[in-house]
Amino acid sequence: MAEPVLSIRDLRKTFGALKATDGVSLDLRPGEIHALIGPNGAGKSTLIHQIAGSLRPDSGSIRFLGQDVGELGVAARARMGLGRSFQISSLALEFSALRNVMLAVQSRQASSFRFLKGVMRDRSLTEPAMAALERTGLAPRAHVPAAELSHGERRQLEIAIALALGPKTFLLDEPMAGMGPEGSRALTAFLDGLRQEAPILLVEHDMDAVFALADRISVLVYGRIIASGTVDEIRSHPDVRRAYLGETA
Amino acid sequence: MRDGVGMTRETAIGLFLVAVLLAFPLVASAMGEPFYITLATRMAVLALAAVGLNVALGLGGLVSFGHAAFFGIGGYVAGILASHAFNQEPIFSTPFAFMGSDRMPVVWLFAMLVSALVALPIGAISLRTSGVYFIMITLAFAQMIYYFAMSWPAYGGEDGLSILSRNTFPGLNTANPLSLFAVCYGLLLVALLVFAVLRDSRFGAALLASRQNATRLAAVGIAPFPVRLAAFVISAAITGLAGALYADLNRFVSPSMLSWQMSGELIVLVILGGTGRLFGPVAGAMLFVMIEFVLGGITERWQFFLGLILLGVVLFARGGLVGVLAGKVRHG
Repeated sequence: MAEPVLSIRDLRKTFGALKATDGVSLDLRPGEIHALIGPNGAGKSTLIHQIAGSLRPDSGSIRFLGQDVGELGVAARARMGLGRSFQISSLALEFSALRNVMLAVQSRQASSFRFLKGVMRDRSLTEPAMAALERTGLAPRAHVPAAELSHGERRQLEIAIALALGPKTFLLDEPMAGMGPEGSRALTAFLDGLRQEAPILLVEHDMDAVFALADRISVLVYGRIIASGTVDEIRSHPDVRRAYLGETA
Repeated sequence: MRDGVGMTRETAIGLFLVAVLLAFPLVASAMGEPFYITLATRMAVLALAAVGLNVALGLGGLVSFGHAAFFGIGGYVAGILASHAFNQEPIFSTPFAFMGSDRMPVVWLFAMLVSALVALPIGAISLRTSGVYFIMITLAFAQMIYYFAMSWPAYGGEDGLSILSRNTFPGLNTANPLSLFAVCYGLLLVALLVFAVLRDSRFGAALLASRQNATRLAAVGIAPFPVRLAAFVISAAITGLAGALYADLNRFVSPSMLSWQMSGELIVLVILGGTGRLFGPVAGAMLFVMIEFVLGGITERWQFFLGLILLGVVLFARGGLVGVLAGKVRHG
């Protein structure tokens, strides 16, 4: 089996008496979509924060591309190739969609301390950014400030920014949140192809999307992974049915 | 409104302001009213100081309440270098004797360098905090430097330091008010150009993004801290340069240049003109000096009316004077 791109071992994080992450281990292998599901308050966001580097775990290890990234900050992990989208869109709202993506291109070229050349005249920035917008279907809105984009468009922009980083792994936190059925279907089809570029750790509430996309699913409940397996294994897992999917599944 | 599509309304308004600032002393000179030349020079120097603050405050959203420190340091550098050059006393004699200087370009270089060197540790510590704490810690550092200047007898202490003969600029007679104006105005134009280039560069993009959403900036792999620190240091150097000119204009430097009132005044200039706007500091400084002069001639309590105007701007015209005239800012 191929070496995992992202490997988490025995991660623990407590807030007072609350065990938000309670001995989580999981792998992300090349070419796969690994979905992380779980009810509200299960600790999905806490886990994502620890992987991204915005929250320090109490113990356990996170290895990315074979390297322990525990001591690295958010920016350093992003530069290594961790492309993240946020659960609630987090954008530079005064900037146009294009300039939001250009920031990612600029970072990828490791060049934020250049003081002379104007960015809008710099085709090494604008062209890759435009290409990322085209892939997510946002190109016609490239020059609209992020503040004026619709909710769904902001979700697309989040994905375009992650794409422009040329990441080794996508960390997508509820990319479908708040999108209409039309948008969800389009994004599902898009993510389906994306796994060829880089594996995706997908946190998602939209079960249709998860079952359509995931190679493997891990179920997080009260900070612990109670089950991990293929779509069929998870669908039929009795604990999962009880804890999460309920009677209707 | 976007780059490359002719001249924007904002650029047109900015160029108009800059032209008025140039015309004002020329007309005054033709009418034999040297006082108004000094008034215009004061506008240019304060505008330059505010351009400096505008890098940190306007582009980076860093509300420094301690920029008087750099303004005052620039002033003291000018005063100290000039006094040593005048008295022919070395400032230090090992490893070589440094006699100070009465040449403006040398003075400017030192003013910017010293301001930047002081800003580096102040920024490195202050930028670990944000919001109100950042405001307070920059204020605290400035106050430390203020009290140090008050209690340092070698250069006048609280009485300040006179510059007996104004520093010189090659080819110009700086004792002539119009020549001094030309020097200050020229530097203001250069600073505006630097600001515009910086804002539109990759560094500027990162700095603007750090103000809008630092979380997003870090998530694409650009750590906000070094970007902010560089901006803080650049900002201090420009304000320090303005301080050196201010000392030469008044032929006097005192701890009041380092006071928190001065820091507040610089913030007022930026807000009045339009925070983060290229020509905001020019508009702010022209308006401020006009208010000070016109209302100051009518009543001693002119600052009360300045307060009212500032209140109006903050409540009803967030973009300042430039914002009112040119509309909202758009970034490509």
